[in-house]
Amino acid sequence: MSENTFIIQSSPHYLDKDSVPKIMYTVIFALLPAVAASLYFFGLRAVGLYVSCLVACLATEAIFLLVRKKPIQSLWDGSVVITGLLLAMTLPPTLSLELAVIGSVVAVAIGKQVFGGLGHNIFNPALVGRAFLQTAFPVAMTTWLPPTALSIDTATYATPLANLKFQEAVVHGTLTPIKQLFWGNTGGCIGETSAIALLVGAILLIAKKTIDWRIPAGIILALTAFTGIFWLAAPDQYASPLFHILAGGLVIGAFFMATDMVTSPIYSKSTWIYALGIGIMVGLVRLFGGFPEGVMYAILFMNTLVPLLNRTFRPRILGERRNPA
Amino acid sequence: MKTKTFPRGIHPPEGKKPTAEKELEFLPPPEKVIIPLHQHFGNPAEVLVKKGEDVYLGQKIGESTSLFSACVHASVSGKVLSIDGHNHPLGKPVLSVTLANDGEDRIHPDLKETEDPFSLDPDRIRHKVKDAGIVGLGGAAFPTAVKITPPKDKPIDIVIINGCECEPVLTADYRLMMEYPDEILKGAELVRIATGADRILVGIEDNKRKAFELFQQKAATYSAEVFLVKTKYPQGAEKNLIYALLGREVQRGGLPFDVGVVVQNVGTAKAVWDAVKKGKPLYERALTVSGNGIREPKNLIARIGTPFQVVADFCGGLSEEANMIIMGGPMMGLSQWVLDVPVVKGTSGILALASPKPAAEFTCIRCGRCVEHCPMGLVPTQLMKYVKYNQLTQAENWGALDCVECGSCQYSCPAKIPLVHWIRLGKNQIMSQRRKKSA
Repeated sequence: MSENTFIIQSSPHYLDKDSVPKIMYTVIFALLPAVAASLYFFGLRAVGLYVSCLVACLATEAIFLLVRKKPIQSLWDGSVVITGLLLAMTLPPTLSLELAVIGSVVAVAIGKQVFGGLGHNIFNPALVGRAFLQTAFPVAMTTWLPPTALSIDTATYATPLANLKFQEAVVHGTLTPIKQLFWGNTGGCIGETSAIALLVGAILLIAKKTIDWRIPAGIILALTAFTGIFWLAAPDQYASPLFHILAGGLVIGAFFMATDMVTSPIYSKSTWIYALGIGIMVGLVRLFGGFPEGVMYAILFMNTLVPLLNRTFRPRILGERRNPA
Repeated sequence: MKTKTFPRGIHPPEGKKPTAEKELEFLPPPEKVIIPLHQHFGNPAEVLVKKGEDVYLGQKIGESTSLFSACVHASVSGKVLSIDGHNHPLGKPVLSVTLANDGEDRIHPDLKETEDPFSLDPDRIRHKVKDAGIVGLGGAAFPTAVKITPPKDKPIDIVIINGCECEPVLTADYRLMMEYPDEILKGAELVRIATGADRILVGIEDNKRKAFELFQQKAATYSAEVFLVKTKYPQGAEKNLIYALLGREVQRGGLPFDVGVVVQNVGTAKAVWDAVKKGKPLYERALTVSGNGIREPKNLIARIGTPFQVVADFCGGLSEEANMIIMGGPMMGLSQWVLDVPVVKGTSGILALASPKPAAEFTCIRCGRCVEHCPMGLVPTQLMKYVKYNQLTQAENWGALDCVECGSCQYSCPAKIPLVHWIRLGKNQIMSQRRKKSA
């Protein structure tokens, strides 16, 4: 090439500075307050889960990249770190580290790589791993501990939602106080208990437009409406919508898992359907299902509908007739 | 005052500061000009001169019998050096007339002023516009004579004068508005007469408030209505501007004619005035020379056929780091591999960029930003996939042909996927399939 020739490229020649790794690392950054809260409440058990999940997820991803002859630097695009973090955050503190490793391998291998890796998976990988553990090791996945930082008086080892479902907490007046749900000093998966810590990160993501605000808004709206009807009709039998929003995995699910770009719809109309669907499913499972908690299944279920939603509700092209003749 | 706008779109860095307040300078005509016979949308012109012939400034040297074409004129007076293929900013060599400038700018004796251009009938105006070889100067270079000849069954009620200049970096249109407001508005009036429209609307982005205020002062004299539109890319895209100003939607595959509108760029309006009033053919145009790879950014009026090299030298030359030359703006401009190409009628700017290494491409993570920003309401990521996997019928159903290639999708794509390139490829494939079918 002579020295007077220039680079040829197709327009546009200006590109926005945001990139896939930047998006991923922003999410990781936003998860940090909740990670800190889980370390505070569950101590060394949380450390163990984070380390085993992260190492196992990275290792599984690396093996797949090598075998599939993909560039190994994709390991550092941040997506697999998110999977590892989110999976660990949705595990109970008592879970043995071997099971955490098994869950991680399933999450990355079955949840992500068999579909073709980043961008091609249908389901949220962390939730695939968690769903596998929940089904294969139901007892290990539902053995809870009170957070170590908690004063001893909470004798129950159940999560607030299990307490609600199996102990008839509303009737007996033993429902976990909202304040505890808000700060996080209660039983549950290590990363889901502190609503405030999760919300701090979530606000950052919404402000930076990293996540679509419609998704958490739709989920919370539908869940509030659904649980609100029953609560208003019979407040002595049903928990309030606020309890349902703050308890269990709803906050982490609505802000950090349902909002996964890859597995959520790409236009606003389908996004609303997806989000409202999740909210209603969560309400259905919690109020009438066999499990105390339904966030995971609700998100996985609506994930399956995303490709269909993306095809069905294509935006209207400028100049396209509203009702084609 | 409330600004008008269209849905979606993007806000790229404007980069207009270096040249916005620099007045248009006349670039001295070079010793040699290279005038391609094809500088417009449509069929090439056929050459009217012979090697060695002496030509006047403004003499017609190319003309086509085809309706979709534009005449080409000599931009200097002097001798025809050669008629052969030469590098063209569009990429392929094009038959071009090379003239040696005698430096005297002898104007063709037939080019005369018109006393009262406003009393001319529409046909006369159109004829003069066609004779002057005027094309859309916004960049698309669509023959203006065709544009101001609406089909009989499509009455025109509105002429829109496009002063958006929504492309980042470019400021030549802004300078034209500041320095030649009367010519632009008079040209608009001629377009109005030619098309039989009732009203003239001028749309100016709110980052050019000075031009807006100037036009508002003038508006009463010329019965034009001036509107401020939001600074947002691509505000100046024809269909989006029509929507912003009038709320009318041009149907898919349709033209502004269909909703009774003709849109003209400010530079085109001035060229119409120059042609009809002064008898001056389109042999020079305003352009911005800028970018971080040029030493002295400027706004110029350059003769058609001036080599890019001459333009760059006049602007202090390229910096050492400059590794990219773009004809047009940074969003829709065409990158050039050499400076040995001439300024053509569609050259709205010449940018020299010191561009960093392109960022790595990722797979689509379905973030939906391309959808969120597409001014046409398309799903670029899906179009890209259809084209990639050769599902052209699907690509067409999902609006590949509605794409205006503005680049908003690719600009906002965090995965750095060349979306426009894929869609463009798809459009070409769909069109060539159609041609095969009809053949």
